[in-house]
Amino acid sequence: MLRYIVPLVVFLGVAAFLLKGLDLNPREVPSPFIDKPAPAFTLPKLHEPASTFSNQNMLGKVWLLNVWASWCVACRSEHPLLVQLSRANLVPIYGLNYKDAPSDAKNWLRELGNPYVASLSDQKGNVGIDYGVYGVPETFVIDKQGIIRHKVIGPVTPAALDNCVLPLIEKLQKASAQTVVTRKEVEGCA
Amino acid sequence: MNTMCRCFVIVLLTLVFVVFSSAPFSKEATSMAEDPAMEKTVNEISSELRCLVCQNQTIADSHAELAVDLKNQVRDMVREGQSQDEIVDYMVQRYGDFVRYRPAMKPSTILLWAGPFLLLLIGLTVLIVNLRKRSKMVADDAPLSDDESDRLNSLLHAEDKNKKMKESHS
Repeated sequence: MLRYIVPLVVFLGVAAFLLKGLDLNPREVPSPFIDKPAPAFTLPKLHEPASTFSNQNMLGKVWLLNVWASWCVACRSEHPLLVQLSRANLVPIYGLNYKDAPSDAKNWLRELGNPYVASLSDQKGNVGIDYGVYGVPETFVIDKQGIIRHKVIGPVTPAALDNCVLPLIEKLQKASAQTVVTRKEVEGCA
Repeated sequence: MNTMCRCFVIVLLTLVFVVFSSAPFSKEATSMAEDPAMEKTVNEISSELRCLVCQNQTIADSHAELAVDLKNQVRDMVREGQSQDEIVDYMVQRYGDFVRYRPAMKPSTILLWAGPFLLLLIGLTVLIVNLRKRSKMVADDAPLSDDESDRLNSLLHAEDKNKKMKESHS
């Protein structure tokens, strides 16, 4: 009897791991920045290159940092959702225009609509490296203390927005300076 | 005539392809020539770092844009005199442990490192136990008793008889 049970148990064990593996996305590398302070940066604004933006100015606000580029195909599919989100006025969205030519970027926004309070030109991609960006688009949720609470890799989908990003933003906005809200408190972010 | 035409088109397309595909290579060579010793260090460190775009390649092997950027970053840091550990730490801080092509040895990766040896050990144990059991079984085979050998003989003879009968029939 045992000679049948042991292989069966081993097989079921391996099958369970493989089944779980089917659901995992190897492209999604967990960000080491979750619950860590967002790296400081100062960059020129896309539309007013003479003035700069520093993420230190955003302390006290919950905001989104969306990494995008005009050469990025997935950004195009994500864009309408961002435009819609910006119209709802729930949260300021800043764009990190990653390794892009400013003229291309401006044309792109003119054509598809501009959801960003400001886009910041990271032409060399140095800020991208500091933020561990490895694929565009990526979207960071940053809280009032300037701590990264969530990162969406790839285009933000309506489901991810409704189940995770928006509930998380709401909680972060309600939180006082002393309380810590992490994405673990939002079920949809798991 | 038709095949000639087709051949010509293929040759033409090949030429176009060769001309266009060699363009990026010529661009790359310039950064390599600068300082061979430093370039060797850069390559060594780059072979320890995973390209996150094409995940089964190191950034030394990959031509993805991000890999080229990261290689440039490594080169800058080597030029500044930073050690391999410092550079790898810098990358891990930004891209997580996954960026190491060889996983770090730490409590959460012990199973990963020791796993194959553990499996080997289990396999060897099972093998040895089974071999011992088998040799014991062979040793335990006592010689047949008188009754048993009589029965064996009669069975063997019966078979012989059967065979002979069959042969005579045919």
